[in-house]
Amino acid sequence: MIFFDYLSIVVSVLLLVIAFFAINSKKLINSVLFLSALSMVAVVAFIIMRAPDVAITEAVIGSGLVTALFVFTLLSVKRRELK
Amino acid sequence: MKKLFGLLITFALGLVIILALDNTVNFPRFGEVNLSERISGLYLSETNVEEVGSANLVTSIVLGFRTFDTLGEVTVLFISSLGVAFILGGTKQKRLDLKFKPNFMLRVGSNILLVIILITSFYIILHGHLSPGGGFPGGAMIASSVLLLYLADDRFRSNIKGFKVLEGVAGSLFVVIGLLGLVFATAFFANYLPTGIIGNLLSAGIIPILYVLVGLKVGSEIAGIIDNFLTEEEEEIA
Repeated sequence: MIFFDYLSIVVSVLLLVIAFFAINSKKLINSVLFLSALSMVAVVAFIIMRAPDVAITEAVIGSGLVTALFVFTLLSVKRRELK
Repeated sequence: MKKLFGLLITFALGLVIILALDNTVNFPRFGEVNLSERISGLYLSETNVEEVGSANLVTSIVLGFRTFDTLGEVTVLFISSLGVAFILGGTKQKRLDLKFKPNFMLRVGSNILLVIILITSFYIILHGHLSPGGGFPGGAMIASSVLLLYLADDRFRSNIKGFKVLEGVAGSLFVVIGLLGLVFATAFFANYLPTGIIGNLLSAGIIPILYVLVGLKVGSEIAGIIDNFLTEEEEEIA
């Protein structure tokens, strides 16, 4: 049980750090990748809290589909200088 | 100055949340709540579990006690896919021109991965009443296998009309099965099939059937959204 206590502390700190990077990164594509990493860590957090149903949904939607849609949208957006 | 102010507000808000939610009457510490005082305790009681017959308690709530809510949830997803199709869909569509081209490794490897993802998704949907998962994550997995097909081939278009027909049929059957509950039992979405032994694959009455329908509907809806995102309107050549 003590192992899960330490693991949950590590996971919560990691969640905060990754969320900070996701907000503060300069490039949008890095932001999206940090968001995907955030979902992966959230999956671990959900499993620690014994919600495997939510963990599966988060893994599929949060780090799979949403990331792919964001990446494709960013790839198709063209950069244009402000005049 | 602005950043300092933001930091102060963040810390004050965090302090308020911690003080309000940490081990009070309404929010006890994680894992220490007394379930017999809550509504969820009723769902967990043994007679109710026997009545629904689903080994997964989340499923027994989502499709046993609260099926009407699930119908609303499915409708919300349907409306969102309708909105995406309304904004992004047009009459003549072609694939989006991306800067990268898929190489040989991606094309061959994706075919192997596709089979694994599809098998996993069908397993999760069919065992929704026994193990974690169910129609919603399984349907999203089906959609992600469609996404993989789009990723691996830059000219691929899925049969989007077939997905639309599948979605309509699955959604209608979901409601029809619920309406049959009014005929064979007393209520909308009542469980009128025999529940069987808890833990068997063929148990829990109408719940596995409903979850298969939900999975097909969610999968085809999200596949439609993906198709809308990865296509664009064809420019007319004057």
